[in-house]
Amino acid sequence: MLLSYREALNQAMREEMRRDERIFLIGEEVGHYQGAFKVSKGFIEEFGPQRVLDTPITEAGFTGLAIGAAMAGLHPIVELMTLNFGILAMDQIVNNATKIGYMSGGQLSVPIVIRGPGSAAHQLAAQHSQSLEAWFCHVPGLKVIAPATPHDAKGLLKSALRDRNPVMFIEAQLLYGTKGDVPDGDYTVPIGQAEVKRTGTDVTVVAYSKMLLLALEAAQDLACDDISVEVVDPRTLKPLDLECLVASVKKTGRLVIVEEGWRFAGLGAQIAESVYAQAFDYLDAPIVRITGEEVPMPYARRLEDAAIPDRARIVAAVRKLLQLA
Amino acid sequence: MDRQDLLSLYRQMLLIRRFEEKSAEMYALAKIAGFLHLYIGEEAVAVGAIAALRPDDYVITSYRDHGHCLARGSDPGKVMAELFGKATGLCKGKGGSMHLVDAPRHFMGGYAIVGGHLPLATGLAFAIQYRKQDRVVLCFFGEGALPSGQAHEAFNLAALWNLPVVFICENNRYAMGTPSPRGLALFAHVLETARSYGIPAEQVDGMDVLAVRRLLQDVVGRLRVKPGPFFVEARTYRFMGHSMADPAHGHYRTKIEVEEERKRDPLLLLRTIVERHDLAHEADFKQLEREVGEVVTTAVRFAEDSPYPTPAALYEDVLVE
Repeated sequence: MLLSYREALNQAMREEMRRDERIFLIGEEVGHYQGAFKVSKGFIEEFGPQRVLDTPITEAGFTGLAIGAAMAGLHPIVELMTLNFGILAMDQIVNNATKIGYMSGGQLSVPIVIRGPGSAAHQLAAQHSQSLEAWFCHVPGLKVIAPATPHDAKGLLKSALRDRNPVMFIEAQLLYGTKGDVPDGDYTVPIGQAEVKRTGTDVTVVAYSKMLLLALEAAQDLACDDISVEVVDPRTLKPLDLECLVASVKKTGRLVIVEEGWRFAGLGAQIAESVYAQAFDYLDAPIVRITGEEVPMPYARRLEDAAIPDRARIVAAVRKLLQLA
Repeated sequence: MDRQDLLSLYRQMLLIRRFEEKSAEMYALAKIAGFLHLYIGEEAVAVGAIAALRPDDYVITSYRDHGHCLARGSDPGKVMAELFGKATGLCKGKGGSMHLVDAPRHFMGGYAIVGGHLPLATGLAFAIQYRKQDRVVLCFFGEGALPSGQAHEAFNLAALWNLPVVFICENNRYAMGTPSPRGLALFAHVLETARSYGIPAEQVDGMDVLAVRRLLQDVVGRLRVKPGPFFVEARTYRFMGHSMADPAHGHYRTKIEVEEERKRDPLLLLRTIVERHDLAHEADFKQLEREVGEVVTTAVRFAEDSPYPTPAALYEDVLVE
């Protein structure tokens, strides 16, 4: 079935809420407004206001409330209108959700999914365009997922809702309208499993979330020049499926990592370190990172475009790595 | 006035007092490390309030949590072992003094980010409402948490959704070393903070365990029938420093002030009532001292004799399988 990313998320939540009474959805505008990005369209009608809760604009408060409910055995889905607003809930996420299980010696657990769009859309300026996955990935006790396709979005969200741990689920505004094949009926995609999205032999490109789509387009361009690119999508950022990444690098001998977030201490730095540690002898060249520029996101379109990785930059980086530039 | 009842309350407060005095001793001997925040002087608040609960009600509090945990009935040996950082501690030695948790007793923990556990309390109350139960949540915090944004977000959500949570503000007048008039705009009108959200609020003498219990019994009974938040300001006083790093009076308050407040020691107040009603005498209190002393000695021995966590425990409990 051809579904949009938005519809895939809607189905995943709907099916899991039908299956499990403990699951409820809480966030700004998730109910009567039908979701700021219409991900929860029809939910308040089907599940009622006790399971679909519109909140005031208080991210720390309602994320903390959801964590408390999870401690009592419910399984909340917190929708953050964008992950930029998640910064206000960082105390709750970092100091409570990820630590309560450990601090209590395993007496308590916090089964919760905190989801919403990260990364830039179009000209939303500095406070609404951030890619903060490295912040979340840094903290032990949290799983972090960033699917790129409707298929993976649905399968991974269902897995997240069957997991007993806190999960950050990173979407993207520019992915909500993208379409892809989604199987009929119940299926899951396991957390912590990468996927080779395109096989190739000359170079491995690792990319996730909306950068994956760019990487696939770039691979298409490069194929016209007889350059064979293998594109790997980690899908789960933590725990990272290093085995899959390393296997690909061992085959191609070259690695380009694409991420929209800032370079310094970005996720790509960690991926590179892990690959160097396990596949150094297989690399024919240093690992190349393509990242967002280290500036607050500018509003002006030309400047914004210059701040975010694009297809041409990936093509150029691959050609340079293969010394064809 | 029931003799057994009053002596039971007295015994609980005495246990907290002697347990913490012993903890301070163990801290001086470096058996306990890190932060150790003593509740001495404030015992009547936890003991009085928790006495109004059923076993299935939730309790959550801040980092000054030994008193609440013991009042909830946790094994003093396991609590002491936790302070010692032993594998037999309530939390396997991973939480320590500030993060005691006893899940079977619905003691949901001590939290060390000021204001951060108030939203958690609303979540526990939300779960009660979601399951259509008649349980309640007691959420303890100091007046130092009142100006925090998370406290206000929690008050607003609890009031909006009629969540069955009693916010118990233990007003000991000092946020660490900052007296309330220097940190809290409404320091003289703490109840107004809650009332501005439409949350009913009452003040109680936090040194009077009977007054605290009376109020909480009344409030909890009402909330079981008609759920919604309630706010209690318990006027109390911390006899010891903020933590072990802080002497009893420090630079921010005078020795005379502390001595003056000690005249209203909650143990002394209750004992006076008991003796005035001729319900117990010197010998009875001596007997209680002996019993409690034995419990504390046994707790220390258990903690001393227990093993430290093995290195393998380091990675346990980070994630649930």
